[in-house]
Amino acid sequence: MTVRRPPVDPTLPGPRLGRVGLVLAQILVVALFATLGARLWYLQIPMADHYRDLAVANHHQRLVVPATRGQILDATGRPMVANRTELVVSADYHELMGMDDGGEQVLSDLSGVLDVPVEELRQRMRLCGPEVERPCWPGSPYQPVTLAEDIEPAIALQIMESSDDFPGITAQAHAVREYPNGARAGQILGYLQPVTQEELEAREELRTQFTGIDQVGRDGLEAVYDSQLRGTAGVRTLGVNNHGEVMDVISDRPPEAGMHIITHLDMGVQEIVEDALAEGMRAARPRYRADSGAAIVMDVRNGGIIAMASLPTYDPAIWQGGIDQETFDELLSAEAGEPLLSRAVQGQYPPGSTFKVSSLSAAVENGYSLRSTYACPGSVNIAGQNYENYAGGGHGTIDLHRAIVVSCNTIFYNFGYQLWLKDGGLEPEGEPKEAMAEMARGYGFGAPTGIDLPYETSGRIPDREWKRTFWEETRENNCRRGEEGYPEIAKTNPSHAAYLKLLAYEQCVEGFQWRAGEAVNFSIGQGDVLVSPLQLVRAYAAIANGGTVYEPRVARALVSADGRVVEEIEPVVAGKVPVKDETLRYLQDALEEVTKTGTGGGAFGDFPQDRVSVAGKTGSADAQNRQVSSWFVSYAPADDPRFAVVVFVSQGGTGGATSAPIARKIYEGIYGFGDFEEPALPGGEPRADLPVVRPDGSIDPLDR
Amino acid sequence: MTVHAPRGIDLGRTAVTAAGAARRLDWVLVLAVAALCAIGSLLVWSATQPGDGGNPLDATEHLRKHLAHLAVGWAVCLAVAAVDFRTVRAYAPVVFIVTVVALALVLTPLGAVINGSRGWIVVGGFQFQPSELSKVGLILVLATLLGEPRDGETRPMTRDVLFCLLALAVPLSLVMLQPDLGTTLVLGAIFLGMLTLSGAPVFWVAGMLLSGVAAGFCVWWFDMLEPYQLDRIATLVDPSADPQGAGYNSNQALIAVGSGGFDGTGLFRGEQTHGRFVPEQHTDFIFTVAGEELGFVGAGLVIGLFAVILWRILRIALGCDQPYPRLLCVGVASWFGFQTFINIGMGLGIVPVTGLPLPFVSYGGTALLANLLALGLVLGVNSRDRGFE
Repeated sequence: MTVRRPPVDPTLPGPRLGRVGLVLAQILVVALFATLGARLWYLQIPMADHYRDLAVANHHQRLVVPATRGQILDATGRPMVANRTELVVSADYHELMGMDDGGEQVLSDLSGVLDVPVEELRQRMRLCGPEVERPCWPGSPYQPVTLAEDIEPAIALQIMESSDDFPGITAQAHAVREYPNGARAGQILGYLQPVTQEELEAREELRTQFTGIDQVGRDGLEAVYDSQLRGTAGVRTLGVNNHGEVMDVISDRPPEAGMHIITHLDMGVQEIVEDALAEGMRAARPRYRADSGAAIVMDVRNGGIIAMASLPTYDPAIWQGGIDQETFDELLSAEAGEPLLSRAVQGQYPPGSTFKVSSLSAAVENGYSLRSTYACPGSVNIAGQNYENYAGGGHGTIDLHRAIVVSCNTIFYNFGYQLWLKDGGLEPEGEPKEAMAEMARGYGFGAPTGIDLPYETSGRIPDREWKRTFWEETRENNCRRGEEGYPEIAKTNPSHAAYLKLLAYEQCVEGFQWRAGEAVNFSIGQGDVLVSPLQLVRAYAAIANGGTVYEPRVARALVSADGRVVEEIEPVVAGKVPVKDETLRYLQDALEEVTKTGTGGGAFGDFPQDRVSVAGKTGSADAQNRQVSSWFVSYAPADDPRFAVVVFVSQGGTGGATSAPIARKIYEGIYGFGDFEEPALPGGEPRADLPVVRPDGSIDPLDR
Repeated sequence: MTVHAPRGIDLGRTAVTAAGAARRLDWVLVLAVAALCAIGSLLVWSATQPGDGGNPLDATEHLRKHLAHLAVGWAVCLAVAAVDFRTVRAYAPVVFIVTVVALALVLTPLGAVINGSRGWIVVGGFQFQPSELSKVGLILVLATLLGEPRDGETRPMTRDVLFCLLALAVPLSLVMLQPDLGTTLVLGAIFLGMLTLSGAPVFWVAGMLLSGVAAGFCVWWFDMLEPYQLDRIATLVDPSADPQGAGYNSNQALIAVGSGGFDGTGLFRGEQTHGRFVPEQHTDFIFTVAGEELGFVGAGLVIGLFAVILWRILRIALGCDQPYPRLLCVGVASWFGFQTFINIGMGLGIVPVTGLPLPFVSYGGTALLANLLALGLVLGVNSRDRGFE
C-alpha cells in the first residue's frame, strides 16, 4: 500500500455507529423528563392540598394570648381575689439562641443586674422536655421566657432603658393572683395551679387555648367558676420563617377577659365571723381542745352565703409561683389542723340537739299532737337500755315547745323508739316508713346541698336500708374477726380483745338490724347521724323562711370585665320542708324562746332582743373518744327572718357555752350592737344592689 | 436526501465570520436557554428577597449579580460559538490542564470551604468554582481523545479508552477530595455518556457502565460516603421520618413544590420561599421556588425547556459528520441531562440530595459561565459541522 489513508475520510459519512446510540439517548432523555413531569404532576395536583396544609403548619405559628382572669368580689364590690401586676424579666428565646454565643453574654450581663447566678438563668432558658430537669421553660419558645419574677422597679427600668445592652430581654408587667384579705375566706376562694395533663385531656376549652403556662382553679370559687373567670384566650397567628423569626401577623383575635364574680359574701361580716369564731375557740381552751370550727351566715330568703368561716384557715397566696413540699405537707397535716379543709362545707359531724327540730317535725307529722304534753323524766329505759337527759335531770311533764327550749332528750328518745316500733322494730313488715330519716331528708340532710363550692360532703342519715348496706360492706371483716378474734390486741389487753370479738360476732350475725338504740340515738342527732354546718344552717333557714330549702350560693352575679353583661345567679329552690305551716310556726316560737329562757339564754342574756329577736337551738354532740362538740344554729330577726347563723366548734364544749356566744357576737356585728358601733350590714339587711363595673373596667363599690 | 459534497480539510478556513455563524445558530436552542435564563433570573430574585414582605425592587443585590453573570456568560457563549471548534480543539489540552491545576489549587490554602466542601478559590473578592469549569475541560479532552482516532482507525480503541480513563481519573480524584459528590457524579456521567456514544469497543462500554454501577454500589457498601450522604439516601425513602434532621431539605422541598399547586402562589408570594424553609433555595434548590411560585404550569415549563434543550443538542449531535464535534455535543448533553435530572429529581424527592446547581437557572457565576460556555461549543458545532442542507 502506497497510499496512506487520511485519518478520517471526509467523504465518508463518518462512523455512524453512534447514531443508534444517539436515538436511544433521546429516548432516554424523554423517559427521564417524563418521569420528572409525572412526579411534578403528582406533587402539585393530587397532593397539593396535603402539602398546602404542611406549608401552613410550617410557617404559621399560633400564639395564644391569655385573657385576664376575672376578679372575685364581695357583695360591695371590694376585691377578695384580684390581679396584681408584678414586673418580670423575660427573654425572646429565638433572638438569644440566634446570637453567635447563644445569648451567653446577655445572660451573664443580666445575671449581674438581677443578682441571680447565670447558671440559673441558663437553666430557665432551656425548654422543658423529658430529659430536662427543672427549672426549665414549660411554655412555647414563641412566648417570652420568664427569667425572673417580681423584680424591683429600678432594675426593670435599668433593663428597659439600656435595651441595647440587653438585646432580646424585656422587663414587663405580668398579672398574678392577689389576695388582699390574706387568709380570710381562704377555702372559699380557692387557688390556682398549673393545668395538668389530665385536665387538658378532659377539658377542650383548656386544650385549644393552652399556652403552656396556664393555671386552673383547683378549689373553691376559682375551681367552680373556672371557665367563667378564665375568659377566652386570644389567638394571634404569626407568619414565621425557618429561624422562627416573626415576619407578619396573619390573623389576630384579641383575648376576652374573664367575668368578675360578685359574691353574696360581705368582707365586713366575714371578718366579724372569723374573728368571733377564733375568739370563741380561744375562750373554750384549754378546757376543751376546740381544734377546729366553722361558722356560716346565710341569707334565709335566697340561700346566699354572706359569710363562711372555717378555722384553721390559710392564705391562698402560698400557692403562687409553685408551692414547696414543706408548705404543701403542712396544709394537709393533722398537726396544723388541715387548714385546706373547709369545715363548713366538707366537715360532717353529729348534730346533737340541733337535730331535734327534724325529730319533732317527724313526730308531729306522724300523729303526735302539738297540743299534748309529754313526760320528760331524767332517764328512760328502752329495750333494756337506760337513756338519760343531757344533764341527767328531768323536767316533769311538758309540752313540745318546752321540750325544745330546755332540750329535753327523753321525750325525743320515746318518739324515736315509738316510730321505730311503728315500722315494725327489728322485723319490719313491708316497706318501713322511716319517718325520722324521711323528715331529716326533707330538711335537706343526707345529701349535698348543691352549693357552688367543690368537694361538698353529703353527711349521713342512717336508716334500715343504710344499716343493711353498711352491714353487707363490713360483714366479711366482722365475721372473720368474730371467728378469729383480735390476737394482736389480745397480747396486751385480753379482755378488750374478747369484747371486740364479741362485738364483731354480733355485727356479723345481726349487724343488718336497725335496732331500737339506734333509732333512739337518731332522734337526738347522735349515733350515726352526721351533718355539715352548711346543711344545718340551711335547714334552720328553711324553718325561718316558712319551709323553703334553698341550694346555697356563694356567687351572686357574674359581670363582664367591661360591666356590660350582668348575669345574676338566681336562687335555686331545692325543696320544701314536708311539714305543715302550723308545725313550722310552733317550731319558730320554740326556737325564739331558746335564747330567752332556754339553753341559749345564758349567751344571749343581755342581747337587745327587743330590737332584734334571735331564734336558735343549741347542740352538744358526743362522739367516741372525743370531747363534746358545740353547736349553735339560729336565725334573726325572729319576727321577720333575714339571716341564719350556724356556729360549730369541734370538741369545743356545750352549744350554749361556746357556740352561742360566738353567734351572739356575729349578730352584734351585723346589727351594730355591743362593741360594734356601726352595723356591718347597713340597716341590718343584705345588700340589695349590685356593685357596678364601669365600662373602663374599674369597679364602683357600694358604701360600707 | 442530503447530498454530502466533498469537503477537503481547508486549513485556511479556520474561522468563518461571526456574522456567518450567527446566521447558522440553532435559534430554538438559543431561545430555550434564554427563556430558562430569564425564568432563572426571576426565581433568583424571588428566592433572595429578605422575606419581610417589602418591595421586591428594594432587594436586587443577588439579581444584579446574577444578571452580570449572565451577561458575561452570554458574551463568552457567543464568542466561543464564533470560534471554529477545531481551534478550540487545539486548545483542549490547555483548557484541561488549567482546570486540573485550578482543582488542585482548591485543595491548597488558596481554596475556601463553603457548605462543607472545599470547592472554591477566592481571588480579589471574586469566587470561582473550578469544579464547574472542569466539566467543560473533561468534555473537551474526552472529545479529543475519543473523536480523533489514530491512524487507520475509525473508532476509539482500547488505548484511547485507557487514555480517557486517565483523563477522567485526575479531575475526578481532585473533586472527590473536596469532597464534592455532585460534581464527581457529573464527571462520571459525562465520561460514561461520551464513551457509550463514541463507538468504542462494546467490551469497554459495557465494562465501564458496569464498573460505574459497581463503583456506586461499593461506595455505598463500604460506607465511603459521608454519614450525611448516607442519611440523605435513607431519608429519600421516607423524607418525613426525620423532618428536622437529614430529611429536612428534602421534606421542605416537597412542601414547597407541593403547595404550589396547579398555578402556583405567584412570583414573590411563596410563603415557603420567603420563610426560607428550603435551604439553598437560590442555588441547588431553585426548582422548589419555581414549583411553589409558578406552580405546575411554570415548573412544567422549566422541565419542558430542558427537554427542548437536550433534544436540540442531541439533534445537533445527530447532524454531525465528524466524531469530535458529535462527541462534544454528546458530552454537553450528558452533562446537562444528568445534572438537570439529579437537580430537579432532588427537588421532587426522587433523588438523594447532592449539591448540584440547575443549569442556566441557579444562582452562581462559575456554573452559569460553564453552562453558557458549553452552550457556545454546541452552537459553534452546529454552525459549522453540517452537511449542506
